[in-house]
Amino acid sequence: MTDGILNISNVQVSGSVSCVPKTKISNLENTLFNSTDEALKFVEMTGVEEKRHLDPGVLVSDLCYEAAALLIKKLAWNKDEIGVLIMVTQTPDYLIPNTAIILQNRLGLSKNTACFDIPLGCSGFVYGASVLSSMITSQGFKKGILLVGDSSSLLAHKEDKTLSPLFGDAGCATAFEFNEGKDLKFKLWTDGSGFKSIMIPDGGFRNILSEESLQVVEDKDGSKRTKVNPKMNGTDVFSFGITQVPRVLKSFLQNLNKEVSEIDYFLFHQANKFMLEMIRKKIKLDPSQMPYSMIKYGNTSSASIPLTLSLLGDDARNKKFAICGFGIGLSIGSGYFEIGDRFINELIEYEGR
Amino acid sequence: MEEFIESFYDILDETEKNEINKNTDFKNLDEWDSMVTLMLIAMVDENYAKQISGTDLKESLTLENLFMRIQSK
Repeated sequence: MTDGILNISNVQVSGSVSCVPKTKISNLENTLFNSTDEALKFVEMTGVEEKRHLDPGVLVSDLCYEAAALLIKKLAWNKDEIGVLIMVTQTPDYLIPNTAIILQNRLGLSKNTACFDIPLGCSGFVYGASVLSSMITSQGFKKGILLVGDSSSLLAHKEDKTLSPLFGDAGCATAFEFNEGKDLKFKLWTDGSGFKSIMIPDGGFRNILSEESLQVVEDKDGSKRTKVNPKMNGTDVFSFGITQVPRVLKSFLQNLNKEVSEIDYFLFHQANKFMLEMIRKKIKLDPSQMPYSMIKYGNTSSASIPLTLSLLGDDARNKKFAICGFGIGLSIGSGYFEIGDRFINELIEYEGR
Repeated sequence: MEEFIESFYDILDETEKNEINKNTDFKNLDEWDSMVTLMLIAMVDENYAKQISGTDLKESLTLENLFMRIQSK
């Protein structure tokens, strides 16, 4: 054990299905921007040309349900063998109880399944994967499913010029199972001094929901939001992203004795293309090692890493992966794993109930 | 300081060179926007290996003020 590296033995990632809504929103046609120039500038900086939005009445749990149902079918898993179901989300169906619990019943999983939520965002897939695989390595559970995603389009205020055009919706299900000889590595990192960098100030118990919480306030950039919408300090998040993320990821790879060139793909949280390109150059990655999903799907919160993976299709098979989720917290999760030759990797559109 | 001003000018597209000096109220330049902000943070990271925050920008009126804050980090 070195420097807080989590080394998980005898667990493999067996498959992943991502589910996105059908409704496409183009940023170049987004009326939120005052001019085509403003829209072009946004697209150039963030990379987000287009993203998917949930139709009214549909939640991220619906996307995760579809993704999980297909994943179980494709893997031909016996539902009784699924010992744990974790949902990483900041947009649950209800404040209580946890969404994973509701999905246990919807998916028809055994009552012996351990189900709970982890309320993390950008770093959430990596955290969720580390918790889930830790529960399998002990041989307590044979198989587990990790669900990730947010209904981000419902969370951001429609007139927030920073977050509204950035966020897209997606829900993903990823399968982990006991398999001797396979292993996964993780490094988890936190800087709670930056907790205000991305936050929803009201509606928790520090600032209980009040009439004032719902008042729309316009900031100097012309963005509007209430205190129950997320607010991001873009400067601080960018500064954190380009300095801490390369440092933490490099140190993780050094601890694993891995060279950047040995790893086929680096899957990053899809935060902002300009920021990711700076990180890419600092770690000295070739553009071909770093796929993007945010161009067509936006920043999809905790779903961004498996969604990016899904775009690789069968090309993901027999490859080595480094993953890195970073952002809200401030929080960073890095991971390393290898994918086998029967890996299920699919992207589907939500067809409705 | 000269080098810092030169590097800041390099980030800009439309501003004339004579508008950029140590007394420039940089956040009031016509061109100042989120893109320029991010490029400035990136430049400081690259050239000085220092991390600047939203507060650093808010508390600095001129380029000289900002440079002093960077130096003191």
